[in-house]
Amino acid sequence: MTDSLAVSVQPTAGEDVGEARSLAQDAWRSLRKNKIFWISVTLITAFVLMAVWPSLFTRTDPTFGDINNVRDTPSGAHIFGTDGQGYDIFARTIYGARASIIVGILTSLTTLIVGGVVGIVAGFYGGWIDAVVSRITDIFFAIPLLLGGILFMASFPNNPQSTPYLVIVGKVVLTLTIFGWPSIARLMRSSVLQVKPNEYVLAARALGASPLRIIRSHILPNALAPAIVVSTINLGGFIVAEATLSFLGIGLTPPAISWGVAISDALVAVRTYPHILLFPSLFLSLAVLAFILLGDAVRDAFDPKSR
Amino acid sequence: MADVILKADNLYKHYPIKGGVLRTTTGQVKAVDGVSFELQRGETLGIVGESGCGKSTLGRVLMRLEEPTSGTVNFDGVDMYSQSGSAMRKLRRDIQIVFQDPYTSLNPRKTVGDIIGEPFEIHPDVVPKGGRKKGVQELLEMVGLNPEHINRYPHQFSGGQRQRIGIARGIALRPKVLICDEPVSALDVSVQAQVINLMEKLQDELGLSYIFIAHDLSVVRHISDRVGVMYLGRMVELGTEEQIYQRPTHPYTQALLSAVPVPDPLMRGKREQIVLTGDVPSPANPPSGCRFHTRCFKAQDRCKVDDPELIDRPDGVGEHRSACLFAEPRVIVETVDVSDVEVDTRFASTDVVDLDAFAEDDGLLPADAASVAQGSQVVGETEGPLDRPADTNRLIDDEPTEQRDPRV
Amino acid sequence: MTTTTKSVAPASDYKPDDSGRLLEVDNLFVEFHTAEGVAKAINGVSFDLHQGETLAILGESGSGKSVTAQAIMGILDMPPAVIPSGAIRYCGQDLLTMPEDQRRRARGPEISMIFQDALSSLNPTFPVGWQIGEMFRQHRGMNKSDAYAQAVRLMERVAIPGAKDRVKNYPHQFSGGMRQRIMIAMAIALDPAVLIADEPTTALDVTVQAQIMALLAELQEERQMGLILITHDLGVVADVADRASVMYAGRIVAQAGIEDLYARPAHPYTRGLLESIPRLDQKGQTLAAIGGLPPNLTRIPPGCAFNPRCRMAQDICRTDVPELRHVANQDSACHFAEEVLNG
Repeated sequence: MTDSLAVSVQPTAGEDVGEARSLAQDAWRSLRKNKIFWISVTLITAFVLMAVWPSLFTRTDPTFGDINNVRDTPSGAHIFGTDGQGYDIFARTIYGARASIIVGILTSLTTLIVGGVVGIVAGFYGGWIDAVVSRITDIFFAIPLLLGGILFMASFPNNPQSTPYLVIVGKVVLTLTIFGWPSIARLMRSSVLQVKPNEYVLAARALGASPLRIIRSHILPNALAPAIVVSTINLGGFIVAEATLSFLGIGLTPPAISWGVAISDALVAVRTYPHILLFPSLFLSLAVLAFILLGDAVRDAFDPKSR
Repeated sequence: MADVILKADNLYKHYPIKGGVLRTTTGQVKAVDGVSFELQRGETLGIVGESGCGKSTLGRVLMRLEEPTSGTVNFDGVDMYSQSGSAMRKLRRDIQIVFQDPYTSLNPRKTVGDIIGEPFEIHPDVVPKGGRKKGVQELLEMVGLNPEHINRYPHQFSGGQRQRIGIARGIALRPKVLICDEPVSALDVSVQAQVINLMEKLQDELGLSYIFIAHDLSVVRHISDRVGVMYLGRMVELGTEEQIYQRPTHPYTQALLSAVPVPDPLMRGKREQIVLTGDVPSPANPPSGCRFHTRCFKAQDRCKVDDPELIDRPDGVGEHRSACLFAEPRVIVETVDVSDVEVDTRFASTDVVDLDAFAEDDGLLPADAASVAQGSQVVGETEGPLDRPADTNRLIDDEPTEQRDPRV
Repeated sequence: MTTTTKSVAPASDYKPDDSGRLLEVDNLFVEFHTAEGVAKAINGVSFDLHQGETLAILGESGSGKSVTAQAIMGILDMPPAVIPSGAIRYCGQDLLTMPEDQRRRARGPEISMIFQDALSSLNPTFPVGWQIGEMFRQHRGMNKSDAYAQAVRLMERVAIPGAKDRVKNYPHQFSGGMRQRIMIAMAIALDPAVLIADEPTTALDVTVQAQIMALLAELQEERQMGLILITHDLGVVADVADRASVMYAGRIVAQAGIEDLYARPAHPYTRGLLESIPRLDQKGQTLAAIGGLPPNLTRIPPGCAFNPRCRMAQDICRTDVPELRHVANQDSACHFAEEVLNG
């Protein structure tokens, strides 16, 4: 019984009389009271700002290598110290956010769209379409994200010096999308199957509504929430995957700045100069954590029973 | 018989059972297995039966939400199943449905205005765009809800109010026939009467014909002009309310009637109880001959072989349709005619307006409805806002091959 | 599953008093404390139950009838539930102040309960015989094969055909009615003195309902159990109960012998309910409904909780909470009980 409490007790209705309260509004109401939500939002805002506008955080040029001050420990001039090339670690960590955030957000969006469409088609139409689509999903699902990513990325001609930044990022996004959509598709399919037998869907069919209309106004709004939540949580995973690919030298490669690249570089001297590894790893973990916390908070708001 | 609006002829709906590695068809669930009847204009035909008898499937097949395996439905002179595309869409204006569960029959993400207005959007030529809001408000008023609540969401209403919203959506296009699939069985007893009275009022005002599907024999008796009793996908008895309740000839109808408790302790022990043994057989593997012979107290060897037809058989006074080889009338309930008895309106009202929707003060607001209903969950009422679990009558009536996936 | 439970509190621990009274609920209050407020689910409920008696607790959703049952069984989740005051005395001993393990030992051999939804009340991963036998293993320290033998005996008692062959079947292999029989077998396994049935037939078809109610009546007669039947079905109550308590917004508003309750209701709510149900044995009846909704339990209106829906309500009903008082052979919590009774 405890778990149904949150759904059950509506905010005291006194001031709400006559006011329309949609489920989304109710979810927002409960989100607003959630500290975790605000912590994650603050962190994410900070990271997004770093990605969009890194010079807001640091005036130091991340590409300026001060050969005289290599592997400095944190000090007044370089608050995070400098790395093996004499780059300022603070500046590189700030600028590194861009790659991670872009890859994370773009991949989440593309997997949501691809997986969402596939899942809706499979779940809504059923029958042989579902059988075929679900088997294809299963095949992709069986390939581990990283292994697939490594094989796929390695097959691209790799010439980092001449390829524009966005193309490299695009390649990473594409790779992660190809191996990341099946989880969303499966989730979406199962939530569509859950929504479809509801009598309001039957009622719409009885009124003669077209399949497109049924999907748009009945299925999608009611089946989307879990996929959005999982996409948010996955976002952290994609950031990790990008860092891993970069760490392995097949994602982003220098001169591109990214946390993965920085972690990879730092390993050379990890025993003697651990601070070089510490800061990019810390930021990476914080970013991942922030998105996972956000996902959790949103899920709780939409589906308080899962608490 | 001139004024038949809907005529079902030999309807069958079989669901394949898939099994094995290759998902080949290994059997058939015979949900509806040869049902014929006709519905007169302006009348209420009640359809009763226990779970798994196929009554809900019948409703869906009549609505063409499911395609029948075979059989025809003639709706107002048109063969319903041969209509395609736009002709079928047009036909849907004339035949609508109200569902059982007021909690799943309304899209939780739409306002009441959107829900009741959806019929107008799907059939844009019925009401011009500018008049739709007014149309929705008129409908709200017609079902006894406050038209100002047009922007509220379903979870802000109680079960009874939500069922009114479902009815408003059903009558929006002014259909000729309304199929009501257990419309009151999910409601609390004190609210049932409000909705039944509303449906009777709407029938008078709009000249509707109802097919009223329910498991509650008392409710069906109250609202129906004629009644059909279903067992394992078949109609076993069909007659007027009086014929079915006062001189039933089919042993299943008799057993069903005798099992209904009457809210009068003085009747205790004085009523004849026919206790049926065993369970309803699976519709995937119905018994040979008469479907009821495995539980019938009158069964003879003949019944295992001969499949009795639903034809007119004498009932003592006249005759009505019954599918029993040994049909004979038997009085199960002594009926009291209370048509002339006035209701004591000091305690309850015959009004169809939902008083509550208009009483905006004193802490009993419809905005609370959700919290009242859900409050009952808080306090651990196992049945939650519904006094009947929503799916009790759908155990087999639902498409058996499709199970809900567990939530991820 | 300790073996020490073999030493169940000997039957002599609990003896009904001279009048045969088993259970006495005394001015019980239950609240649910939630983030959004305090829901007052039960507000001063008192009743008692005697040996061999069937007491029906009638009410709609949210009336508190199920909470009452759960409070007696001690299966309320606390928190959020809080019992600020009141007593539930079983054979003179207050269950609420009893040590938890003593109370747990009473659950089963003394008081047991059957639920509405037999499917979700049975564990799908164990055979039914194992689940029935668990009562014996846990409370009597019986070994596996003896417990199975007891399970077969009980399944035969509740008329499950082919009990011997079906004892190792799983719950999903039984129909709804058979599952409810299994629940009943579990509940009566240890010969309880009090059986609480919470909407035992609501999920069942009417012919199966008749079978289950007949079985319950038979078992009660045989064992002289006190039966509390919680339901919303006025028909079922009329058929089996000796007495009934009608609950509304967490209070008992009417309490009477079964014939008085139907023939001479002394509370407007009871009368309203009786006017609003269609009856199988009547034709041409006009139905009248009680308007409105039951109150939000976090904000029960002052005075009589029923006053906003009551067509007889006067000023006093909006200020003073009516006490349950004796009016002509029954109890009613209405300021105008006499008028209702005689009108």
